[in-house]
Order: sequence, then structure tokens, then C-alpha cells
Amino acid sequence: MPNSLTIHRLIERLNSGDVTSRQATEACLNRIQSIDRELNAFIGFDSEEALTQADVADKTRANGGEGALLGVPIAIKDAIAVKDHPLNCASKILGDFVSPYDATVIRKLRNAGAIVFGRVNMDEFAMGSSTENSSHGPSRNPWNIKHIPGGSSGGSAVAVAADECVASLGSDTGGSIRQPAALCGCVGLKPTYGRVSRYGLVAFASSLDQIGPLTKDVRDSATMLQVIAGVDDRDSTSVSEAVPDYSSNLTGDVKGLRIGLPREYQVDGLDSEVKDSVNSAVECLAERGAEIIEISLPHTEYAIATYYIIATAEASANLARFEGVRYGARVNGSDPQEMNSKTRGIGFGEEVKRRIILGTYVLSSGYYDAYYLRAQKVRTLIREDYLKAFEEVDLIASPTTPTPAFKIGEKVDDPLQMYLSDIFTISCNLAGLCGISIPCGFSKHGLPIGLQLQGRPFGEPDLLRCAHTYEQATDWRNKKPKLD
Amino acid sequence: MEYEAVIGLETHVQLKTHTKMWCGCANEYGSEPNTNVCPVCLGLPGALPVPNAEALRKTALTGFLLNCDVPSYAKWDRKNYFYPDNPKNYQLTQLDFPSTVSGCVEFEFGGGVGKVRVNRAHLEEDVGKSFHFSDFSGVDFNRAGVPLLEIVTEPDISSPDMAYEYLNALKSILEYGGVSDCDMEKGQVRCDVNISVRQKGDTELGEKVEIKNMNSFSGVRRAARYEISRQMEVIESGGELVQETRRWDDDAGITDGMRTKEDAHDYRYFPDPDLMPHRPSEEWLAAVREEVVELPLARKRRFMTSFQLPESGAEVLVADARLGDYFEEVSGEGKNPKLVANWVINNLRAKLVETGISIADLKFSSTAIPELVGLVEEGQISSSIAQEIFADMFETGKDPKVIVEEKGLSQMSDSGDLEAFCRDAIEANPGPVDDFRKGKETALNFLKGQVMKASRGKANPQVVGDLLVKILNG
Amino acid sequence: MNVDLSRVVRLARIELTSEEEHRISPQLAAVLRYVEKLKELNVEGVEPTAHAVPLENVLREDELRVSLTQEEALSNAPKTVNGLFVVPKIVE
Ligand SMILES: [Mg+2]
Ligand SMILES: [Zn+2]
Repeated sequence: MPNSLTIHRLIERLNSGDVTSRQATEACLNRIQSIDRELNAFIGFDSEEALTQADVADKTRANGGEGALLGVPIAIKDAIAVKDHPLNCASKILGDFVSPYDATVIRKLRNAGAIVFGRVNMDEFAMGSSTENSSHGPSRNPWNIKHIPGGSSGGSAVAVAADECVASLGSDTGGSIRQPAALCGCVGLKPTYGRVSRYGLVAFASSLDQIGPLTKDVRDSATMLQVIAGVDDRDSTSVSEAVPDYSSNLTGDVKGLRIGLPREYQVDGLDSEVKDSVNSAVECLAERGAEIIEISLPHTEYAIATYYIIATAEASANLARFEGVRYGARVNGSDPQEMNSKTRGIGFGEEVKRRIILGTYVLSSGYYDAYYLRAQKVRTLIREDYLKAFEEVDLIASPTTPTPAFKIGEKVDDPLQMYLSDIFTISCNLAGLCGISIPCGFSKHGLPIGLQLQGRPFGEPDLLRCAHTYEQATDWRNKKPKLD
Repeated sequence: MEYEAVIGLETHVQLKTHTKMWCGCANEYGSEPNTNVCPVCLGLPGALPVPNAEALRKTALTGFLLNCDVPSYAKWDRKNYFYPDNPKNYQLTQLDFPSTVSGCVEFEFGGGVGKVRVNRAHLEEDVGKSFHFSDFSGVDFNRAGVPLLEIVTEPDISSPDMAYEYLNALKSILEYGGVSDCDMEKGQVRCDVNISVRQKGDTELGEKVEIKNMNSFSGVRRAARYEISRQMEVIESGGELVQETRRWDDDAGITDGMRTKEDAHDYRYFPDPDLMPHRPSEEWLAAVREEVVELPLARKRRFMTSFQLPESGAEVLVADARLGDYFEEVSGEGKNPKLVANWVINNLRAKLVETGISIADLKFSSTAIPELVGLVEEGQISSSIAQEIFADMFETGKDPKVIVEEKGLSQMSDSGDLEAFCRDAIEANPGPVDDFRKGKETALNFLKGQVMKASRGKANPQVVGDLLVKILNG
Repeated sequence: MNVDLSRVVRLARIELTSEEEHRISPQLAAVLRYVEKLKELNVEGVEPTAHAVPLENVLREDELRVSLTQEEALSNAPKTVNGLFVVPKIVE
């Protein structure tokens, strides 16, 4: 079925006329129809509009038109603005908000001919690691529906892993693309901070957020990045560095590539199956000519604390605009203050409230220096660790997550435990690096395990080359969850 | 007991740019509500700010005009507070690294020069405008995101009159620099006053009271007067002053305590992660410096010293900057700037007002007025003829000499030519001639007038006078 | 770790139910205890990092762009009157 194809296979078949974009889109819609009741990856979609886009793509192709994603159905995390479509961030507070504008990445997807369809589930405002914090209910792991799919871009990972779309967009603030990709067995790329415009991505933590693709293989990841990368005059933090040709870097060769293994990543609580799978993956790369070097990232143990201070502080301001004045589900009050407080008290879910409160606290008078300023300084130390390591190595390999997907409900009452599971992914955002998660095995219970590679800022070519080499040397990507 | 007031001002001024601070919406007053708005300035989810280069240039320019330093590093901070007119519920501003610092404003005050130090002039964004109805309020976000300069003085102001003069001086400097139109009616200037009162000679400052809601400079003066006497009365009656924010009620002419929550001022500032710092380069600063204009006070003094203009004339040329520029342009190296100034101030200004024509659209060349002045000085034409020529050149753009040629308006100074006119006048006016001979000197002026009239103003009055006397006595 | 939750929620404008307050208070305390960890580090002389990728002087020219129409601008508003966003009466 076309919905299970990668982007590049689908494009081949669209070009040869074997299949139409309408058929591919219908296949995705049918797949959603048959399995999404169980998986709950989608918050909403407009079948008719998707098919209209598909027909336009088919016509364009028939007229000789081209596009890297011409006719390819892509699902979008409910945190990215799509003009004339609802945008909720899986929150009640946005009510029946409809975006009057397109995010820059959406504009770019459209220019490349993509079928932009369907809003996928997430942790509310991207705050979470399990997609349990959604006003739309939790998404489920396609490999075992009793388990979480990871988060916050859980819906994006589920939709790709379960072939409900060909590829999707997610966002990654502390691992929110890589972690669900690892737990659902697909490829998740967090580009370097500034590589992809954030204009139109509802901000969680502005200095950490980055949009990236979730795909069925590494080549697709390169294709998607190629389309969405680049400087944007609507995002002051986007970087004007030239965008290289990512696909041409997928040479299948890692000879001479230096891969670092951080000593500090041997943490308590690292699952032995995860550890073994990652070790075998590293060996596989060594066999193909990569040089494996032990490195040190001495401030790793401070990353989570640093992250939760910085991310919540930024979030406390970013989410202040949701107060019921200009949009969203207002709860009335006798004066604006009461209206704001009630609207926010009822509209936000508990994790969001917890984080806003924490972020407000660490910025408040008397605490700023002790928490926020100190965290920013430790962030410098963490970043310096990485920049130093990247003098010796080209990439850093590690597990994406300490364990395979845990059960739904297992950690909801202990936010701190939930936060601690982000240990391997968080520093990448703090340091502004690029990172990718690719499948590298399964637990004995059949749950996917992810290998994470991190690269220096704008080191996506090496990152994708190495990920692709490993992927092609194994056949994890060909395994599909049994859902029917 | 004798008291003194210590006053500092925080003045918010809208910068004159085409677009807002962070987005391409028009920075325009008077549009239909919520029409100059976009996802950025409405604070929609996902929208991001990108700074307006022109606003940064105008900020640095203001810095130079206010004798400030323009540091090599400035950054943006979020000031967090909820208010319905504040679309993001944080205001983007500059907390610890503002775009300009440490300047001063000098102005004429109390027969001398008043000087008020400027702590900083930092760039921030304006908020929306609220309208209050009987049982609800409404917000228009057209103003939200307009670049706003906050100019903060040191507490150097010692009286309400000094505050008033400082504000007028500041306004004229900003208008002069083309930085802001400073139209108070349009809310382009807003001013908050910090006042404390202490016993004369005390070095410690009293409790600072902030007063808001004045809508004119004279309102500021009245509010300050009221507040000073209120504070003195509190002290006199043994009461205690508290640090607070009060609201000026212009109709009642009083200040009122505002209902502010104790922690309303915990703004939780932090650096804005969406905006990158600004590091003005030497080149960039040099380009801004090119735009620095002479300040009104300095210009007035220069007009008085280098051109020998009287104070009143200099003031006119300073108050109307474009007229002043024109004067400088045409007077150039000219021999008689004072006379040129008279023409510009008296004749040109009147004509411009009368016709509604702007200086840019003048038809005659920049050499015409000095030429006209020269013709009078050289005795080639009389000043009344000069008036006629001026009207003509204003109309047609012709050079004065051409007009003189064409109309034959050259002054008649040749006694041979004038003798006939004089004899005619004497013959036709026996009465005055008689009077003159009886010793009535003014009768001569009458006869002179007759000659001037007969010559259609061309006769050289000096020569005519001499000639008449010569004939009558001869 | 004792957090004055009422002060913080007032600043954050979030009305909590008493159950929520009881649940969140110890959770917040646990997280704050955990982040105390950062105090172990000597950060003297370390510059704070506000941006992951250092950039400067990112500016736009002062050029007009198309704004939303009034209808678009107000399309998501909970309540409007005569082109204005309506809120409960602001009292100063
Ligand atoms: Mg201010
Ligand atoms: Zn705008």
C-alpha cells in the first residue's frame, strides 16, 4: 500500500504513474480510519481538503511539474500553524482557534508539493515525554498499545510508524522528536538550532525548540530537512548558513568518521537491552570504518536541572498569551485578572500548569540569580563540553532513551521521574546541536530501541551519512508493527 | 520649614517609522481599530518578532541628540505582566543593556541654562489602546508593537516649571532630529513623573511617588505642583509618605492613589530568546552620526553670534526648522545675513503662510533673496520696489535682476533725470513749498513722496531729497 | 523547600483548585530540591548562555507587509464590539 512507502519510493511510483497522489492520500486516510481509533495519533484532519490537494498534485505532475514532496501526504504536529486549520497544541485553552496564517515550514512543504494533512497528537504545549498530557487523550504505541509512544511528538511518531502518513513534522525541545521516534521505531531528526524556522511553531521554550521530521528512513529525513531548512526573515534566530545537499551526502561510507562515546552516559537505570543494542550498533559502525573514541561530557548530570529551569522559565512567558483576550476558550470573570486566572486554571492541563508555575517561580524576585541565571551559566558549561568533544570527534553515539517505552500511566504521578528519562536527549537542545534517532533493535517484549547520534552545530551531513550507513547495514526499518 | 522637590521624568515617545517594531504592520495613527495588526503584533501562537532596523537607527540618533553614549552591545528582555492591552503579556524592552545611556538635555531656563541628565533612552514596544464602556472594556491593537523610546532622566529637576521646560526642549529636539512627531494628541508622547519632597539641605531622597495619566505638558506641570504641595502638607501634618503610584485626575486637578497589588511589580525580566543582541558596528554608528542635526538651543546661539541676528529673529528661525534651514542655505557666505534673515522671516514666511506653498516648492532660486538684498544695498532699487520684485519672483521664479530689467525698475539716481520730477512737484504743490520755506521741515517729505510716486518708486529718495532742497533754496 | 504557591500562581494568573494545590505543591518542592544540584557547581566568571547559536544584528528593513483584515484579526476573539476585542471592564 502506498501509505507504507517511504517518501523516495512513493515519489518513484508517483513519477512512474504506478500510483497517484490521490491513491496515496486515500490509503493514508483509510489506514487512519481502520486503526487510529486504537492509536489516537490524529487530533483532526480534513479528508476532503487532503484529497483536493492530492488532485492538484496529480495535475501538477501530469503537467510536468516537480517538487521534492509533490503528492506526498505529511502529517503535522498540532503545534504548527496551518492557515485556516485549527491549532490546539492538544490543549483545551485554545478552544476553537483557527490559524489565520501558515508556519514557514508549512509554506515550504507546500512549495515542495506536499499534501499537508492532519493534525497529530502531542503532549499539551509539547510538555511531556509520553503524549499522555493531551486534552485529546493519550496516543498509543503501535508496537504495544498498552505502552506510551513517547512524546511530546508522540502522534507524529505513531502516524509514521503505523503508516498513517508517509512522513510527519514534530518539534523537539528536549528530545520530543528523537524520543518518540526511538520508542515507535522510526527516524526522528532534530536539526541544529536555527537551521529550521520556528515561525508558526507555538513556542514552548524558544531557545530550545526546533522543528524536525519523523520519517520511515534516513533518506526521507534528509529529503524533509532539505525542504524545511534555511534562513527565514520572520525568525530572527534562524541562521543564514548555506543549506547543503543532504541526500548527496548519503554515501554509505563512514570510514574515518570519529564517533564519541560519552563516559557519563553510563547512567543508573540504563536498561541492559538498550545498552546491548546500542553497543552492537556502535560495533557495526566500527566495522565499517568509523573510529570509536571514548569522550567525556563532565556536566551531563546537570543537564536535566538546567533544562527544567530554562525551559519552564521561557514557557512561563511564552504561554502568558493564552489568557482569553484575543482567542481561545475564555472563562468569564468579573475583571480581566479573574477572567485570565480562571481561563488559565481551567484551560491548561496539570503538567502545563506545573511547568508555568515552576518557570514563574525561578524568574521571580529573589530567585532569578539562584535559579535562572545559574542555569544559563551551567548551560554554557554544557555547551563548552560538547564543543570541546567535537574537536576530537565528529559525532556522539548513545541510546536515545534509557529504556524502551514504558506503560501508559506508569509515571504520570511522578513528574520528576518522567523528567529524568530525558537524560540523553536534553543536552543536544541546550547546546544547540543536531541529533537523530534511528531504530537499532527491539526489546524482548518487542518494543523498539533507538540509537541516538548527535552532531556539531550544522553537522547534519555527517549525522545523516552515519545514520544512513548504519540503517542500510541493518534491516530494523523493514519491521512493521502488527496492527490489523 | 523649607522644602525642595526632587523630580525625575520618564517620557515615552513613539518613533517615526513606517512599520512597527517587530512586524511589517503600519505604524499609523487613526486607522480603523484592529486593522494594522498581524499574527506578530496580535501575539498569536507561533508568531515571532524581527526588529525594525530603522527603529534602532532612530534610537541611536536620539542617543546622539541627547548627548548619550551608544554602547557596543544592546539586548532585549521580556518584562512580564498581564494586561488586556499587552498582547503577549510580556513587553519587549531593554533592561540592563539599553541602546543608549548617560546623556543630558540643556535648555533655557530661569534666565540661564537648565541641564537635566538622561540616565538612558531605551527602545521598547507600545501596547494596544483600551476603551472603557459602562460595563466592559474594548481593546484596539493597532498601536501594539509601535516602537517606543523610554527616556529616563536623573532626578535633576527641581520644580514643575523646570519639568515643563525640559519637556518642551525634549520635544523640540526629537522633532528637530526627525525622530518623532511628538504629537501629544495622538499619544505619541506620554510622560510619568517621579516626585519626592525633602527638607532643603537634606541629602537623602524622600519616598518616591510616581504619577501617571497626564495628557499634556501643562498637565505634567499642574500635577507636579499639586503633588508637591500634597506631599508637603502630609509632612507638615506629621503624616508619613509612602512609595506609591498615583493617578492624575486632570478635571479634578488632583492625584489619587492607584489600586496596585503588592507584587504587581515582580516583572520577572529575562533575556528574550527570540531576539538576538544588537552590536552596532563603527560603520553603522558613523552612518547614524551623519544624521545628527544641530540642536535648537545651539542653533539659536549660533544664529545670534555668527549672523548677528536678534534673539527674536533667531527664535523664529529655530522654531521653524525648515525655514531656518532655508535661511542657512540662502545666506551662505553672503555679505548681509541679517538682511537676508529679515526677508526670510518677514516676507517669505508671510508669503508661505498666505499661499500654503512649502519651501521645497519655491520657484525662485536660492540666490534670489541675497541678490534682492544686494540690489537694495547697492542703491539700485528702493526697498518698496524690492517688495514688488519679491512678489514677482515668488510668483514667476524669475531672478530679481531679470525683473528689474524687464520692468525697468532700476532706481533713478541721476540728478539730471530726477530734476524734472522735482520741478513738477514744486510747481504742483505751492502750499507745501510755502510751508517748507517757512521752515516746516516735514513739508519736504511730502514733496519727496510726490516725486517717488511720479517716478513709480524708482527715484532714489536720497538724491531726490538733496535735489529738492537744492532747487527750493536755489 | 517551601514554596509560596499562592504568590506564584497569582503572578502566573492560574487559578488552582485546592486538590491541585495539594498535589502540585509537593511535586514542585521535589523538582526544586532536585535542581538545587546546580549549586554544587562553581559558576564564577562563566558567561550565561541565552541563545544556543550566537547571532547578532538580525534586523529587518522598515518596509510594510500586508496586515490581517479586521475580520481575520477578530475571527478568533471570544467577544468583540465595533472592531474591538471585548474584555471585562478594566478597573485601575
Ligand atoms: Mg517602559
Ligand atoms: Zn503586526
